[in-house]
Amino acid sequence: MSAAPLAAEEFQAPGLNLFEWPALVSGAEWFNKPALLAFLAALLVIVLCFAAFSRPKLVPRGMQAFGEYAYEFVREQCARPFLGKDSDRWMPLLFSMFLFVLVMNLFGSVIFIQFPVMSLIGYPAILALGVWVMVLFLGMKHQGPWGFFKNIMFPPGLPGWMYVLVAPIEFASTVILRHVTHAVRLFATMMAGHLIIALFSEVGWHFLFVELSPLGAPLGVLGVLMTIALTAFELFIQALQAYVFAMLTAMFINDALHPAH
Amino acid sequence: MSLLAQVTGNLGSIGYGLAAIGPGIGVGIIFGQGVQAIARQPEAYNLIRQNMLLGFVFTEALALIGVALAFAFRA
Repeated sequence: MSAAPLAAEEFQAPGLNLFEWPALVSGAEWFNKPALLAFLAALLVIVLCFAAFSRPKLVPRGMQAFGEYAYEFVREQCARPFLGKDSDRWMPLLFSMFLFVLVMNLFGSVIFIQFPVMSLIGYPAILALGVWVMVLFLGMKHQGPWGFFKNIMFPPGLPGWMYVLVAPIEFASTVILRHVTHAVRLFATMMAGHLIIALFSEVGWHFLFVELSPLGAPLGVLGVLMTIALTAFELFIQALQAYVFAMLTAMFINDALHPAH
Repeated sequence: MSLLAQVTGNLGSIGYGLAAIGPGIGVGIIFGQGVQAIARQPEAYNLIRQNMLLGFVFTEALALIGVALAFAFRA
């Protein structure tokens, strides 16, 4: 988006330049706006959890009521359906992961911030990498190094020749691909959502402010209306993706703890 | 050989359009069957919604990989 509107400028759809940020401090290339937002998100989650759970009362009020509501949501919707009686052990991980991803995503809809940090592949990738290492470790610990791979690659009850096909596919999908998609899913939804909102707000800006014309004005109004509608939709998607990220983490942990049947 | 037809602009959008067909059908089937299951057995709503979202998420990932690759392979 050009800062100074020039007359009769050609409309240009926003592209990948939306995701390239200059360094905030010269000398530290890595420290740009998304990195600052990531620190802010982590700080926000820590402060929120301290405010909610540091001095628990029997009858929750204020922040504690909110915190317990969020905790109960993650436990009932993400952890319990997959982990069952193991869920309490994994709740600290799942709860903080859910809140962190949620806050990072919701930054996309907060005015003046308006950048979902998870739309840069590095941020979801490092979370998914952590889950991947943890799941491999847990699987080898609970099923034995050989048993873990045997349970993945040789599911019982198939005719023998099928294993030639099944074993490599199962190995690639369970050990590699589903963890790659775990990161790519979060990254791509956030990136696509951010691009689409940027596109429609650019349409509104261009056809209502940069070059106002009788034919272009309705298009500009449509762009503004779509921006509002899609922001509401994005809020839903951002929350859903945070939920899905925590849910899939719980599913992967369960698959590592107990072999698939 | 003279030029008969030419495409200018980004082919990535066409590629994404093709990539979205399969997941589109898949997501339609998942939610269609999910709504049908809820209508038949409303008391199993929580269980059905859980599995519906899980299936949706796996199917949606295919379309999302299409978005990412359209940008990654942009010449």
